[in-house]
Amino acid sequence: MSDGAIDLRAEARAKAYAMPLEDINLADPELWRADTVWPYLERLRKEDPVHLHPAHHHPDGAFWSITKYADIMAVDINHEVFSSEPSITIFDPKEDFTLPMFIAMDPPKHDVQRKTVSPIVSPANLHLMEPLIRSRITKTLDELPIGEPFDWVDRVSIELTTQMLATLFDFPWDERRKLTRWSDIATAGPESGLFVTEDYETERRTELFGCVDYFTRLWNERVNAPPKGDLISMLAHGEATRNMDRMEYLGNLLLLIIGGNDTTRNTMTGSILAMNQNPDQLRKLHENPSLIPSMVSETIRWQTPLSNMRRTATQDFELGGKLIRKGDKVLIWYASGNRDEEAIENPEAYIIDRERPRNHLSFGFGIHRCVGNRLAELQLRILWEEILPRFPEILVLEDPQRVPSVLIRGYSSMPVMIPARS
Amino acid sequence: MAKITYCEHDGVEHVVDVKPGLSVMEGAVKNSIPGIDADCGGASACATCHVYVDAEWTSKTGPKTPMEVSMLEFAEGVAENSRLACQIKVTDELDGLVVRMPQSQH
Repeated sequence: MSDGAIDLRAEARAKAYAMPLEDINLADPELWRADTVWPYLERLRKEDPVHLHPAHHHPDGAFWSITKYADIMAVDINHEVFSSEPSITIFDPKEDFTLPMFIAMDPPKHDVQRKTVSPIVSPANLHLMEPLIRSRITKTLDELPIGEPFDWVDRVSIELTTQMLATLFDFPWDERRKLTRWSDIATAGPESGLFVTEDYETERRTELFGCVDYFTRLWNERVNAPPKGDLISMLAHGEATRNMDRMEYLGNLLLLIIGGNDTTRNTMTGSILAMNQNPDQLRKLHENPSLIPSMVSETIRWQTPLSNMRRTATQDFELGGKLIRKGDKVLIWYASGNRDEEAIENPEAYIIDRERPRNHLSFGFGIHRCVGNRLAELQLRILWEEILPRFPEILVLEDPQRVPSVLIRGYSSMPVMIPARS
Repeated sequence: MAKITYCEHDGVEHVVDVKPGLSVMEGAVKNSIPGIDADCGGASACATCHVYVDAEWTSKTGPKTPMEVSMLEFAEGVAENSRLACQIKVTDELDGLVVRMPQSQH
């Protein structure tokens, strides 16, 4: 981007290597908002790939940071030692506000709940949805202004992923932006700017109770009707999910809302940004559109829309020469593993035709691997199949605003302009 | 070398020689055979190298590992003879093995 961005990166790099190792705090949202986290991750990979952060680095206490690809994989696939309960984020569940969801459950309960919803993203169902997804994408792209600035995040990324989510839930169409709001609120911290009072936790809960009340009306409608193919109907009729209580319903809703919204949304925005920073790759794609699937995988690696997942050790376990103790909190940093030069050649570069573009950590591995990964890839593929013949270029006008989140690698806005149609 | 036949879902056959010691997944990837994604690179951690082993070979391809069983739980179109190709090690005994691919890896 601009020279200013380069200065910032150089400054972050100098700072990351100058400070004592034990002062590096990956749980500082500012590092993620400013996108200056990379040299810190690089240093940890080199000097202390299984690293223990002291308790004062996070309100919920000490945690391990696992930053190398192979170690992340080892933790992710070992679900017996590294449990997804009680939480898959750095935050511990609040005693008076616990939201059970299958991503944060171990077998066997995880398995049956996951299997209840997974048919919605089966190959057969994706095949059925493809024409609808394409028609919405073409409509959204055809309505974009030419020659004047607009916010790509709002006009395209949020709009398309919210439409997708509304379809999956069979949610009242005109109220679909409620889904975006609940998604944002669920993952937002006090520094997000989304809350009006200082008591953001009360505000959040009030809105999320509004979410579950709204969805309870939909549940009641669907449970009294014959089963159909939307997610609410599937949950309401599913053997493993029909007796969920209110909080478990809310938990699983938020999982599907965030999983089906934030991640793809931010990767859509990331794809435009990556192409602006790498015009040679855009040229390559225009010359050879058959590279789109490979470009999609590379973008998902490059963006890594969820920077980490948290696990909790169920027993003492040695990893990389360090002893992780039973009960310890372990963060596996997908964003770092996806930049690990020992696993991925030239990992800093965005290369749409790299040799093994699918070998990335962004979907996680093991039994919690992203259930909607093929739907995400489908949406991104169609988006680019429709962008290429329409727009020779989409210019990013200034650096995007990133969200101050340790979990979500995302954008709140990105001003762009499309100079001309093809 | 063991001769292995990989059948794509639409019936297209690829017959290749695979060196003993490699996995059936690696045999496909090294020979650029389409239909096996192998996202995790052979860790039995993603189920994108799902294949069906022809009945006459199932006794020779060995038992499924516990992790493989877990991952197949969430794969699509799983049958009795489903395997993750990364968990089948090629030996001389597997000369002639036939594996078939699902409609898509999921």
